[in-house]
This record gives sequence, C-alpha cells and structure tokens, in this order.
Amino acid sequence: MNNGQPSPEPIIHIRNLRKTYDSGKVSVEALRGIDLDVPKGEFLAIIGPSGSGKSTLFHIVGGLTPPTSGEVVVAGRNLSHVGDAGRTELRAKHVSFVFQKFNLLPNLTARDNIRTALSIAGLPTDPFDAEFENVLELLGVRQRLDHKPSEMSGGEQQRVAIARALATKPTILLADEPTGNLDSRNSLAVLELLKDLNERFHQTILMITHNSDAAAFGHRIMHMNDGQISEV
Amino acid sequence: MAAKNNGDSLILKLVWENIRFRPVRTLLSILLIAVPVTLILMLIGLSRGVLEDSGRRTQGIGADIVFRAPSSSLISFNGASLSSKLVDLLGQEPHVTLATGVVNQPVAGGIDTITGLDIQAFNRMSGGFVFVEGHSFEKADDILIDAYYASQVHAKAGGSINVLNRPWHVAGIVEPGKLSHLFVQLPVLQELIGATGKVSQIYLKLDSPDNLKTVTDALKAKFDGYPIYSMRELLSLLSVDNIPVLKTFINVIIGIGVVIGFSVVSLSMYMAVLQRTREIGILKSLGASKGFIMAIILAEAFAMGLGGTILGIAFSFATRSIMHVFVPASLPQAIVVSWWPIAGSVAMGAALLGALYPGMLAVRQDPIEALAYE
Ligand SMILES: Nc1ncnc2c1ncn2[C@@H]1O[C@H](COP(=O)(O)OP(=O)(O)OP(=O)(O)O)[C@@H](O)[C@H]1O
Ligand SMILES: [Mg+2]
Repeated sequence: MNNGQPSPEPIIHIRNLRKTYDSGKVSVEALRGIDLDVPKGEFLAIIGPSGSGKSTLFHIVGGLTPPTSGEVVVAGRNLSHVGDAGRTELRAKHVSFVFQKFNLLPNLTARDNIRTALSIAGLPTDPFDAEFENVLELLGVRQRLDHKPSEMSGGEQQRVAIARALATKPTILLADEPTGNLDSRNSLAVLELLKDLNERFHQTILMITHNSDAAAFGHRIMHMNDGQISEV
Repeated sequence: MAAKNNGDSLILKLVWENIRFRPVRTLLSILLIAVPVTLILMLIGLSRGVLEDSGRRTQGIGADIVFRAPSSSLISFNGASLSSKLVDLLGQEPHVTLATGVVNQPVAGGIDTITGLDIQAFNRMSGGFVFVEGHSFEKADDILIDAYYASQVHAKAGGSINVLNRPWHVAGIVEPGKLSHLFVQLPVLQELIGATGKVSQIYLKLDSPDNLKTVTDALKAKFDGYPIYSMRELLSLLSVDNIPVLKTFINVIIGIGVVIGFSVVSLSMYMAVLQRTREIGILKSLGASKGFIMAIILAEAFAMGLGGTILGIAFSFATRSIMHVFVPASLPQAIVVSWWPIAGSVAMGAALLGALYPGMLAVRQDPIEALAYE
C-alpha cells in the first residue's frame, strides 16, 4: 500500500466513523462506518460516485464539521472531543483545503490571499520564507502574486489556491476535486504539481477525484460507495 | 506581536477591499448615517445659534440690569405687563443712571421679535444704531430693520414691509447686534398691540459696574417677585440646558438618530453578510475564528459610522451656509464642535449595534453551507 515513506504513526486515524445530516424530517447517513489510516507523507486518491460521501469525509478530517460517531484522530487531535475552537485551530494550522471552485477571496490579490491564510494561522506574513518561495517557484505563480483572481486563468487560480493552502505548512492537504474545473492540460499540470509537492516536501495529500487517470497519481486509490469504503 | 499587527492590517485591508468592491452600497449607507448626524448638529447649532444671537443682541443694548415682569418666560419675550411708571421709579433708584422700557412682540409665527423702543433713551444706553442705509424714526409708521433681516426679506431703506399685518415704511437699515431685528417707536407698538402704558422689560444702566451687586440686591428686596437679572446672569441663562422643551426635542432627535443609524447599518451589513456568505465560508475554511469574522464585520460598520459622522459634520456646515443665505436673521446656526463627538458616538454606537446581529449570523454560518453558496 504505502510504497513511499514508511511511517509507524498514522497522521489520520479513523475507526467506525459515521456522519448523519439531520435536515428537519429527513436524515441522511452520509458516512456509514469508515475505517482509515493515512501515514505521514502519503498521497491518497479517493474516487467514488456522486453522493458517496467523499466530501463529507474531507469536511470531517479538515474540521469543518464534527463526526456524528466513531473515532477520528487528525494530527494528534481527537475530533470527537475538540469542539468548535479546536476544529478552528486545526483548520488554521494543521489542515488545508483545495477546492474544485478555487475559493480565492475575490477582492484580494494572490499575495494577500496567501497572507490572509498566514495571518489567520498566526504566522508572520512578510516576507515569505525561502522554502515557501521554492513552492511558489514550483507552482509557477510568482509572477501572478499581485493579481486578483479575476485577472487570472482557472489554472493559475488553482495554483494560487494550492500555494495559499501550503503557505501555513499544513500537516495535511485535502484536495476536493482540484482539477474538476480545469481543462485537461491544466489538470495535468496541477496533478503533477501535487505529485511533486508530495515527493519533494513529503507533503501528505488526500485528493478526491472522479477521474481514474487522475487517481493514478496517488500512492493508493480508495474507492467509496454509499458512505462506505468499498475497495482500497 | 508582529504577526498580530500584520493580522490587524490584513483585516483593515479586507474591510477596505470590501468597501471598495461595493461603493454604491457603502456610499448610500454612509449618506443615510450622515442624516441623523446632520440633524443633531443642526438642531444643536440652531438652538445655540439662536440663543447666542439673542444673547449678543441683549448685551448690545449696553444695560447692566434687566427687570422683567413676574412669570414672564425666558425665551418668549411676548406681552407687555409692566407699567411704564416703573421705568421712572427705577430710574430714581440709587446708582441707576438710566432706565428704559421696551415692548417685545413676536412676529412671523414667533421666530422673530419686533421691539418698540424709546429711541432717545436707547441711544444713550447703547450708543445708538449704526446705520447701513437710511435714517432714524421720523414718522409713526417708520420701522428700522437690521441688515440680516433686510437681506432675509430683501428690503431696502425707503421701501415698505409688512409686519404685524400692516405696512411699515423702512426708514433705515442698521447693523445687527442690538436687542432685536425689527424696531418701531415705543408708543406706536404699545398702541398697536393694545398695551398703552405698559412695557415688556426694563433695562437699567448703573453709574459703575462695581455697584451691580448692591443694586440688584436692593432691587430684589424692594420688588419682591420680579425677575431681576444682571446682564451676565441673563446671558448664562440663555443656554440649551435651561430650556427643557429644547432638551427633550434634542433627545428625541438623538433617539431618531440611533434608530436610523442602527437600521441602516443593520440592513447594510445584513446584505453584506449575505453577499459575502461564500467569502465568510472561505475564511472559515482557512481557520478564521469567530472573533476574526466578527472583527471584519464590526470594522466595516465602524468605517461606515466614521464616514457618516464626517459627512454629517460636513453637511452641518452646508446647512449653516444655507440658513445664512436664506434666514440670516431668524435662524442663525452655530457650529458646535463640542457636539461632534456626541453626534459621532450616536452614529458609531448605532452602527456597531446594527452590525452585531448580522455579525452573529456570519459567525454562526455553517462553513460547508457557506462554501456551497452560489
Ligand atoms: N450539509 C448537508 N446536509 C444534508 N445532507 C448533506 C449535507 N452535505 C452532504 N449531504 C449528503 O450527504 C451525502 C454525501 O455527500 P457528499 O457531498 O459527501 O458526496 P460526494 O461523494 O462528495 O459527492 P460529489 O462527488 O457529488 O461531490 C449526499 O447524499 C448529500 O446529499
Ligand atoms: Mg463532493
């Protein structure tokens, strides 16, 4: 399974995770008993049909919503116990998201988008450190830092979003269909960048995709179906 | 510490960019917040301006002591109920060198006052009018008006104006600052209002200001129940605080200001929170705390409150100019700087209060739903 760096202690540890959404009368069981361990430095691809609970899993691992039941330990924090403030801190310092829709702050330049993430994490915002400058170089966005999202192509916006996600040196990068809004050329570029980041900086990455070619970039491919893991 | 400062400046930047991104909404909000600020400053300015102007004019007569009828009110100088005989009586008091009685009658709905005076005595007491145009009284229907009133009603010496339902011949236009804006001869006004042998108040001049206390004390003992003021006392009484109706009115306007400011900012920030649902979701996904989100909302409200305050102050200068052009005599508006912070606090307080609920909505927003928001 993990053909990269062996690691005894998983950075994500999940046992019998369940998530139920209660919206009034109807309740939806989005996750129905997930068991998963992700070692540090892994690039894990997750694939599955729409509605199978992939995003929900990310939202829980990334601390956007609490688990309904089960054990979820992310970067040493038991998410069943940390509460709202603990999840906020997890998002600020340890886990970063990359979304299909880029989700850059539209009124701010690329540089200020990155600074905002740093500032929220309580890190110095100026100047960027040498290692992050290398990341910017690798992502090819250094020339675009003073542009606003509306002045950038989709591919550029997504690379800036990845840069913003990595600025805080998160333990885990969660990429939810990062190539979903990109053409095939830009998709390939982003996938290769993620692979590069994983190899050069040992960045732990979980990536959701609908595309099996894209999934092939991961060390492991996890299939989800109807709120459960069907195959690893 | 460094990181914190950076964070603060980033919040400011976020707020600034938000404001720039929706200039019309921001400008409209600021404009609306400015309205109560202007109202408050205008009302205060008018009250103070009118009172100060009336004080200056009272002082302009050059008297040391003012003698009024019992139960006469400070602001409405109407009616004449003191007997003219008192003028002679008071003139014979020790240290009193001159006594003169005047009749004050409200005109134009009570905003202005016409004064009937004994021009010889008045001239001796005040040093006389300075004429801009024309001359003093010659005939019974002669009226003197001050330059402010002349410009307000566009009158010239030799022309004719209507006051108290009858035409008057404008004999002269005088420099403002003495007692009133309109003057006619005492017996003419007495007869016109059916107060022959009566005056509204009596002004006394003393041989020396050193005797002021002695004389007022003596008069108060002798004429028990008559309001007797030294000129200084009278002027200090002419303040907003001594006029309960005005105080109530001002408090009502302040209340309206709070309600307007609160509603405007509340609505504006509510719209802003809805429009920025997705951005708030993004900030939350980046780990922004509740405090951070609330700080952004409050900072924006603060900016609007500040903008509204500054604009409101600017507007109060504009209303003063407008008043000065159209009604220089009746409604002089003062610029009361000491009320800027008060009007500003009203606007800012209302703005921040108004932002609290939208801010709470933003803070409580589910980040997942916010991110899915189109
Ligand atoms: N906030 C929510 N409230 C109610 N139900 C939800 C909520 N979020 C997700 N669900 C439901 O949970 C299930 C799993 O949704 P999820 O978004 O995790 O699927 P997904 O695998 O990411 O799908 P897709 O590939 O379309 O993104 C779906 O049935 C969805 O309708
Ligand atoms: Mg999804």
